[in-house]
Amino acid sequence: MKLTLKIWRQADPQAKGETVTYPVNDISPDMSFLEMMDVLNEELVNKGEEPVAFDHDCREGICGMCSMYINGEAHGPDRGITTCQLHMRKFKDGDTIYIEPWRAKAFPVIKDLVVDRNSFDRIMEAGGFVSVNTSGNTQDANAIPIPKEDADEAFDAATCIGCGACVASCKNSSAMLFVSAKVSQLALLPQGKVEAKRRVLNMVEQMDKEGFGNCTNTGACEVECPKGISLSNIARMNREYLSASLTAKD
Amino acid sequence: MSFFTSSIGRKVVMSITGLFLISFLIVHLAVNLLTLVSKDLFNEASHFMGTNPFIQTMQYVLALGFILHISQGLILTMKNRQARPQKYAMNKPETNSGISSRSMLLTGVLVLLFIFIHLRDYLWEMKFGNLGGYETDYDLVVGLFDDPIYTAVYVLSFILLAFHLNHGFQSAFQSIGVNHPKYTSFLKTLSTVFCIFVGVGFSAISLYFFFN
Ligand code: HEM
Ligand code: SF4
Ligand code: FES
Repeated sequence: MKLTLKIWRQADPQAKGETVTYPVNDISPDMSFLEMMDVLNEELVNKGEEPVAFDHDCREGICGMCSMYINGEAHGPDRGITTCQLHMRKFKDGDTIYIEPWRAKAFPVIKDLVVDRNSFDRIMEAGGFVSVNTSGNTQDANAIPIPKEDADEAFDAATCIGCGACVASCKNSSAMLFVSAKVSQLALLPQGKVEAKRRVLNMVEQMDKEGFGNCTNTGACEVECPKGISLSNIARMNREYLSASLTAKD
Repeated sequence: MSFFTSSIGRKVVMSITGLFLISFLIVHLAVNLLTLVSKDLFNEASHFMGTNPFIQTMQYVLALGFILHISQGLILTMKNRQARPQKYAMNKPETNSGISSRSMLLTGVLVLLFIFIHLRDYLWEMKFGNLGGYETDYDLVVGLFDDPIYTAVYVLSFILLAFHLNHGFQSAFQSIGVNHPKYTSFLKTLSTVFCIFVGVGFSAISLYFFFN
């Protein structure tokens, strides 16, 4: 396959950045999108040019690093996958492909396609944990009965890999899907219920501080999420936040 | 207090005020539909709405509802734009979200312009004016729809309102946390049915009097 790539190049966080056009040849439809990027980078290195910086790690859809906004959609045109799971057979010979970083004030570009997602980590630090004493005699987790539906819902929420595609796809750069998945996975389980009120208040406060936008329930996040995290998590977080705001004592 | 300046708190205000505005729309439409039934009935209802102390009090609550809804809508939209300082060179929002949900500010602002025209020509005339020279409330309502441009502006506004409600009605439930596998799909369908009902209902009145 022959393709024309239009890639965002930006030397450092302060640089202005621009879209640069690169033609690539000899792309096999069986390659993954990142392998296609590797081919391009090898050519660039051979020519003595700076390769395109992009995030990646596991290359099997579990780490969430491979953030790329491809032809107007997070992780490209396919559904339920990350960029590393996207294959070139989804494109046609001769296609032009735009490749951009996640765009959000809370995800500043570090270089080219690499963005800083530490804002997610700071939200997690604000409440995405349970405080359990681990001084030797922790209770066997299976000794606490949990309704099957709750366990399933918590597990579904816990499949969020923190990739940020929800933020990238949202017209408001809202992080509600991510934060609600993290709030839900803990709020649904007995261990997490103990700190549930503080957690949701603190995580939402941190989310707002980071400069993410507000949810307008367009649902783009749910469609683009590689893990199919459901909007029902956002409703749960709204409920949790509403009741915690009304009843929290401090 | 931080609740009301938080992202979720603001959305809760949008949702509650939005649902309140919807309840007002239903009453408004019900009264208007009386114009199609009988002149006397409508005049009687109009008189009741204009004099009943409860309705008169609710007018101020309604105005407050509008002010809150509009101010929060503007603040939220402004913040949302700030959250993405650099736009995508290539973006395909139509692949993952509906047009109604992406144009809430536009449809909202245009509906607001319409509301100003509407208040000037009706509420103002009924309360402070001389009914635009017409004899009864009914004659005023019917009379203004002689003008094709006026009628067209009305119908267009109701279509915009329908788009606003298509997303707004079901969204308001999600905003306050009402989402359930049993009821959410029903609410979404109801949202579409309701927005068509409101759009067609109001438009039908304008068009009926334009053609008669
Ligand atoms: C009769 C008039 C109106 C009704 C019944 C109405 C109803 C609603 C409802 C139910 C929502 C959804 C709230 C939610 O998602 O929680 C909404 C959202 C919205 N409305 Fe209105 N609205 C009206 C007029 C207006 C006006 C005049 C504006 C002018 C600015 C406006 C701007 C907005 C905006 C920007 C949103 C989206 C806010 C967001 O999702 O964050 N609306 N409206
Ligand atoms: S909710 Fe989905 S899109 Fe958002 S960070 Fe988690 S896995 Fe990624
Ligand atoms: S590289 Fe790990 S999910 Fe794509």
